[in-house]
Amino acid sequence: MFNLVIGQYVPLDSVIHRMDPRSKLISVFMFVVIVFLANNWLTNVLLILFCLGGILTSKISPAFLFRGLRSILIIVLLTFFLNLFFTGGGPLLLHIGWVRIYQNGLIQSIFITNRILVIIVMTTLLTLTTSPMEITDGMETLLNPLKKIKVPVHEFALMMAISLRFIPTLLEETEKIIKAQAARGSDFTSGSLKSRMKAIVPLLVPLFVSAFKRAEDLAMAMEARGYHGDFGRTRLHKLVWKRRDTLLLLTMGLLTVALILARL
Amino acid sequence: MEKIIEVSDISYNYSDDHPKVLKHVSLTINKGEWVSIIGHNGSGKSTLAKCLNGLIIPQEGSVHVGGFDTRDPEHIWEIRRLVGMVFQNPDNQFVGSTVMDDVAFGMENHGIPREEMVRRLHEVLRLVRMDAFADREPYRLSGGQKQRVAIAGIVALQPLIIILDEATSMLDPEGRREIIQTVRSLNKKLGLTVLSITHDLEEAVHADRILVMNQGQVVKKGTPHEIFKTPELLEKIGLDLPFAVKMNGLLRARGIAVTGTALTEEELVNELWTLHSTM
Repeated sequence: MFNLVIGQYVPLDSVIHRMDPRSKLISVFMFVVIVFLANNWLTNVLLILFCLGGILTSKISPAFLFRGLRSILIIVLLTFFLNLFFTGGGPLLLHIGWVRIYQNGLIQSIFITNRILVIIVMTTLLTLTTSPMEITDGMETLLNPLKKIKVPVHEFALMMAISLRFIPTLLEETEKIIKAQAARGSDFTSGSLKSRMKAIVPLLVPLFVSAFKRAEDLAMAMEARGYHGDFGRTRLHKLVWKRRDTLLLLTMGLLTVALILARL
Repeated sequence: MEKIIEVSDISYNYSDDHPKVLKHVSLTINKGEWVSIIGHNGSGKSTLAKCLNGLIIPQEGSVHVGGFDTRDPEHIWEIRRLVGMVFQNPDNQFVGSTVMDDVAFGMENHGIPREEMVRRLHEVLRLVRMDAFADREPYRLSGGQKQRVAIAGIVALQPLIIILDEATSMLDPEGRREIIQTVRSLNKKLGLTVLSITHDLEEAVHADRILVMNQGQVVKKGTPHEIFKTPELLEKIGLDLPFAVKMNGLLRARGIAVTGTALTEEELVNELWTLHSTM
């Protein structure tokens, strides 16, 4: 039921794992932008090669990565077919009933699907090689300038860290409630969509009640341990920018230049 | 003996239309001792604990911790550093995403420099025997282990006193033993003062001093031997007596002349096998 790979950190020892979260975050952000530069076969192949390079250096088993991506395959396929059916231009390749597939449509949908896939692979790679704590630390430092215009950056980062930390706890609780309700004869798996939706209510209510209770306890525990906001706080984790991080950004720059050149 | 907590005549109610949860409670806690507060649910013992670190400010009376008044907002964070608190639910007090992060959370809040933080981190994890788990996520730990991490996080702040607010009530017997052993060794080794709030009398028999609470008042104070000399009072306010104390009563009812001073199973066994010994 809960086999999402997104947001799951795999602690391995690779160059990518050891990089500063800031350089990784900037790179993934850059990547998401420059993906839109790809408009022909060469640029798309370049993106794929870059992704494969990333996967190989991360030491994460490709099989594991792709198994985790299966759950979002539907969205990818949907984009593919929508583009395939509704983009015209070029010679007609196939005509069955109302379906007309044109050459441009086919090429376009391959490109778009590729773009989505490489974006998903790269962002997943980020979360697989960077612990949630590092990601929030990195985000906080990167967004630090926003504190000047009174954006509560620290509070957002802490909220994110706590939410991530409570995901497994709440999943465990959900499973417990499902079992408890099933033991009382509640049926989540059969019946019409409407009756299944209704069966979720007795699941959500206790879950929310307990989440509020947990939040209250946690707030009390945090105050008891001296939490009073960002003011006068020190940090255990120190982000260190190393040469490999500069190298990563340079690589991203090179990729951008290569994409622009290959576009022409 | 050095007084570290002085509670004088405090009263508290959560709101005006509610009855008072604490009624004129006074007590002192001395450095290095282990005090248990016992009482059934709703006796006010948890509310009392929250008064000690300023989470609750009583409407009447005052609480002094290490010389600071909890009513003084200027010293409230210092008071919270001096009074560490372990809560009931191990999951709901684990803030960090790993053991290390969680232990560091309190130190980060109090602005302890990074080098010092790293040094203390390793030291306290060793003290609670969790050093092998430093990188573990909370969902891969048992309840007892999570509570030990919570204790480490508190000890790292070098407090005067550690309050266990029903900290063992959600644990299995194994976890309960782990926590009591850990806290006892901290009490012996570092001279850390311990206040344990519990309704488990088996736990309370190990204390130096016991306070019995009922309906917002301290109804009895004394050493465990003094408290368990009159088990009727404890039973009357709805507490479950330790096994050895129950056995004492039953043995006496059968006309077996036990002294009634045995509070643990071990003491009782020792008393029984030497009962008819003439040497």
